[in-house]
Amino acid sequence: MEQGLTRVVAAPRLSAAARRRQLREKAVAGFISLMAFTGIAALILIIVFVAKEALTLFTDADARHEASLAKMFLPQEGRYPFRWQPVSDTPKVSMIPLFVGTLKITLVSMLVAVPMGIFSALFVAEFAPRRLRELLKPIIELLAGIPSVVLGFFALMVLSPVVKDLFHLDRPLNGTLAGLALALAIVPVIFTVSEDALTAVPRSYREASLALGATLWETAWKVVLPAAAPGILAACVLGFGRAIGETMIVLMASGNADIVSWNLGDSARSLSATIAAEMGEVVVGSPHYSLLFFIGVELFIFTFVLNMVASTWTKKVLQRLTGSAS
Amino acid sequence: MKSLLKPLLAVFLLVLPAAAQAGTVTIKGSDTMVILGQRWAEAFMKKNPNIKVQVTGGGSGVGLAALQNGTTDIAMSSREMKKAEADKLRARYKAPPAQRSVAKDGVTFYVHQSNPVSALTTEQLMKIYVGDITSWKQVGGADAPIVAYSRENSSGTYVFVKDMVLDGEDFAPTIQTLPGTAAVVNAVSKEKNSLGYGGAAYAEGIKELKVKKGNEEIAPSADNIKSGKYPLARDLFFYLRAEPTGDTKAFIDFALSPEGQAIVTQVGYFPVK
Repeated sequence: MEQGLTRVVAAPRLSAAARRRQLREKAVAGFISLMAFTGIAALILIIVFVAKEALTLFTDADARHEASLAKMFLPQEGRYPFRWQPVSDTPKVSMIPLFVGTLKITLVSMLVAVPMGIFSALFVAEFAPRRLRELLKPIIELLAGIPSVVLGFFALMVLSPVVKDLFHLDRPLNGTLAGLALALAIVPVIFTVSEDALTAVPRSYREASLALGATLWETAWKVVLPAAAPGILAACVLGFGRAIGETMIVLMASGNADIVSWNLGDSARSLSATIAAEMGEVVVGSPHYSLLFFIGVELFIFTFVLNMVASTWTKKVLQRLTGSAS
Repeated sequence: MKSLLKPLLAVFLLVLPAAAQAGTVTIKGSDTMVILGQRWAEAFMKKNPNIKVQVTGGGSGVGLAALQNGTTDIAMSSREMKKAEADKLRARYKAPPAQRSVAKDGVTFYVHQSNPVSALTTEQLMKIYVGDITSWKQVGGADAPIVAYSRENSSGTYVFVKDMVLDGEDFAPTIQTLPGTAAVVNAVSKEKNSLGYGGAAYAEGIKELKVKKGNEEIAPSADNIKSGKYPLARDLFFYLRAEPTGDTKAFIDFALSPEGQAIVTQVGYFPVK
């Protein structure tokens, strides 16, 4: 249909102005698609670069000896079975403390941020009077603009004594503190996306529900929230991605001790903070250097798998919702 | 376009031979000293634009090996040259290697200002950091757990403490690490059972620990570090194949000049002069 149209327009009797306009259209379209492909190309190049640097770990004999997969994931002999001490006479490169630390911190932050983000979005979208909504929304979104190093410093200086006394912990820097500080960073992410999803639910849903005699709360909880479920799920995934990759807050607030402990009052060392802390002075090309890139690959795989799972799940939820409606 | 090319060509013709003639001094070695070496090189090249100074790290051992192979002019080392290394150099180059102490490096341990403990022996510090001592009671303080902070393993101070205090052993897994001396000082000033280390720092809320040696308690003052009395200090060296001459000598003279030693203080080490 469109092709036919352009063919008609592209008849030989075309004025100079029209031809120029057509040329400009083409140039703009070309420019835009170039931009789009630059983004994709950058992403691919980053993946290739990171993977290439990490690959040395498996090809170089020296690195293979120093940091084999067994050394990374299986318990080692010695006083402590799992250690991350890459700068040592005999480097110890177990990833287990890093996994435990990352998951511990992410878990705490999600436990706090998911309910907080979703409920504040629900309040703003469904219950708040218009004036209050227009005040609340930009303020919460402003929270996303705070640089993470500032949040980290805030956690280190202000939050740490409070959290320590509140939970009666031995150490001021620990997984709980890092998780709470991290929650401050991801609440706005979850809030913004959830709020968009909630306001995108058609008005007719609410009107139908209210007309059937449901209260405001019943409408919000049983009709609007399920209808917005895919968007809210996407919000949580985005928040999780931000939490697992967040660096500065965790580096400042978690204490970074490489212990294997699920106790939330203990310190924790995360994957991303390890890269940030050690990349600065590492000898380029050394096994330690490749190891840090390998951590980067792991982080990438985590978020990639999570995104995949979440998108298939979202599809399922959507199917169920539309299926039950028809 | 052509009118632009001509001056460009002229500039090239002028610059190229100059660049080719310029002397180059290569420096390699201790990662602790890389930043110091680079600052010296920058300041030195600003004053002597026709001498190029290249600084690379790799570690003290790497630098000294490169000195033997002839791939570097100066080796930076945070330890004294071993006798075997010196003998090899002498045999190969028929001259005794030259040694210059160019800066001093020391580490200070801090506690919260309310902590009654004011001095610890190196042995006690080691036991705390490898995890054998976990309570302040074991070293004459209150009955409370020791919250010990360390630096990240990318830091020269981390390696220094590992070598000088821990005798090369690993830090215990319960030791928490923080990025930068400032973060350690802040954390120590907030927590009354804490212990941390770093360069010389002056901040409210913390107390510098003295190091006990025999019956004497030695404070980490600049004087004690310069005189070598404070046990947790070491010299940072430049090593050469022979007594320095020409550009190399000019660079070392610059490093030891008042201006060069001021850079040492800026970078966070202690001057030798």
